[in-house]
Amino acid sequence: MLNKLIQGVKATMGIYEAREDGVYGLLAEFPNPGVLIAAARKVHASGYRHFDTHSPFPIHGMDRAMGLGQSKIGYITILGSVTGLGLATWLQWWTSAVDYPLNISGKPFFAIEPSIPIMFELTVLFSALFAVGGMLALNGLPRPYNPLFYSREFTRASDDGFFLHVAASDSNFDLDATEALLKEAGAKAVEVIHDHGYSELHTT
Amino acid sequence: MSASTDKTVTLPAEPPLVTGNLGFHDITQLVSYHTEKRPPSVWYMTMAVSSTLLCVLMLMIAYLVWNGVGVWGNNNPVGWGWPIVNFVFWVGIGHAGTLISAILFLFRQQWRTAINRSAEAMTLFAVICALLFPTIHVGRVWVIYWTLPLPNQMEMWPQFKSPLLWDVFAVSVYFMVSLIFWYVGLVPDLATLRDRARNAFRRRILGFFSLGWTGANRHWRNYEKTYLLLAALATPLVLSVHSVVSFDFAVSIIPGWHTTIFPPYFVAGAIFSGFAMVMTLLILARKIYGIQNIITMDHLEKMAIIILLTGTMVGFAYITEFFIAWYSQVEYEQYAFLNRATGPYAWAYWTMMSCNLLFPQFFWIKRLRRSIPFLFLTSIIVNIGMWFERFVITVTSLHRDFLPSSWDYFNPTIVDILTFAGSFGLFMTLFLIFLRYLPMVAMAEVKMVLPQSDPHYYDKHESEHEAN
Repeated sequence: MLNKLIQGVKATMGIYEAREDGVYGLLAEFPNPGVLIAAARKVHASGYRHFDTHSPFPIHGMDRAMGLGQSKIGYITILGSVTGLGLATWLQWWTSAVDYPLNISGKPFFAIEPSIPIMFELTVLFSALFAVGGMLALNGLPRPYNPLFYSREFTRASDDGFFLHVAASDSNFDLDATEALLKEAGAKAVEVIHDHGYSELHTT
Repeated sequence: MSASTDKTVTLPAEPPLVTGNLGFHDITQLVSYHTEKRPPSVWYMTMAVSSTLLCVLMLMIAYLVWNGVGVWGNNNPVGWGWPIVNFVFWVGIGHAGTLISAILFLFRQQWRTAINRSAEAMTLFAVICALLFPTIHVGRVWVIYWTLPLPNQMEMWPQFKSPLLWDVFAVSVYFMVSLIFWYVGLVPDLATLRDRARNAFRRRILGFFSLGWTGANRHWRNYEKTYLLLAALATPLVLSVHSVVSFDFAVSIIPGWHTTIFPPYFVAGAIFSGFAMVMTLLILARKIYGIQNIITMDHLEKMAIIILLTGTMVGFAYITEFFIAWYSQVEYEQYAFLNRATGPYAWAYWTMMSCNLLFPQFFWIKRLRRSIPFLFLTSIIVNIGMWFERFVITVTSLHRDFLPSSWDYFNPTIVDILTFAGSFGLFMTLFLIFLRYLPMVAMAEVKMVLPQSDPHYYDKHESEHEAN
């Protein structure tokens, strides 16, 4: 039960379980972003959920094609803003009005006006830290090991290659049927990725 | 990538952002290549000069820490001399980087993609130089941690009502957020370098810093949102930093400092000087590294227009200050300004005026905006002018205070001069290391502004890739 939940959360980060026989998934290369987006639409429409596209830059409209909703980063960031603002207010109030009140030319021990710069700075700092921390958490990064790295072709995903990966953990996954679907969507080549080992061109 | 899809770079109405018909792979190659080969000989020569200056800086700091701040020209009545001038100068330079990376991003100015990486790097290095000066100016460097709210045996806390403490927070938060922003932008490009790396050691190091990035769309989705949020956070932050720096002056009651115009005027000046520094560095870098197709003449022209705009704003602020001094009818305020323009520091004042207000006006002429030697010359002149602006503000207001018997003329010492020169060594050394080891152009972002990155681009070329 708990295991299932963890696997579900990991799948949202793009971390999938390999099949019993070590097959991690199929990796298909597409010629350009236009074909890739159409393929993603097709794979999603065929009922696949454990799949992802890999491209050297974000492709406009891909979220919708893959059936992904809005990113949750905004909520995490505002949590950081509230934390920062609260911390700055508490810090300035507690140090100067409670712990060690100092009379500086008769000014109030604590007032909002001179506290604003620090409140602002800490709000920004904590928002930024939460935004980046949240981004890494939601993406499951850092992830030094990824079976996709076994594919030689995959190094071009950060250069000029456009890839679609269907994970073996998807309930619809079937080596032959999935490959046929990818080929039909316009894949140039389809590779089978094995966890802990190697990748090979799949020949049916 | 097949040949038919990565050629043809023409947009219908606007000129292309990237010239020379480059495809995705060409961009990767053009930028990554420089981090993988031996740097050009000019790099070694510049590095020799900068690292020598850096050594000079180290020696000067050691001499200062050993002897105390008396080795500088700071004395009564000018208690804030070159260190504060240099601090404001460097922190101002940093502002252009954040302006380019955050504000232009929010305004969807796509031309920023070619220059944002190097401008942000420049920001970080300028802020490092800036942080150095107040740190060594405190005298007892070894207790600099007293500026931070750390529990201690004296049970004392920093004074949160002081603008100097606001400055500590503003500049260090600025540094941290800029660093995060820069690093987040670097991750996809570090992954590109990792995937190109031939030797295992290089692949490991880059693999560590690229966090296992694979360009997955699930990741890009959160990544892009984060980048947008960071830009939205950095925008008010950059405006606040120089405002807080100006509070160091404006919150005091010294004539010539105690004015409400300071925050906006400082911010405009910061962007002005920062763009000039970006221009100085990029004119050299694009030539030496042969990336004129990515950082094009149009980019330089757009920067020239921003220099013209902000220079005029700064000039307008100089004139407004004079008007307000007269209009206030406060005798001390009026004297402070008359003394600036006609007193013993008139030479500095008029240097500032001509460099900052008059010289950029040449940019009204399109031919001069597109002339590399002229742009280079102006970028240097602007930075000289902006250094003098901070000198004029700091020194002229202090050297004649309320008591004429304590009036004096400020002279820097050789230690002042060498420390300032040394800070350029620190800045340039860091920048050269950046050029050597990191991609100086944000590759993923430049690829995104190519027309081929748009999936609809291929609708029109349907017949072509059916042939593939």
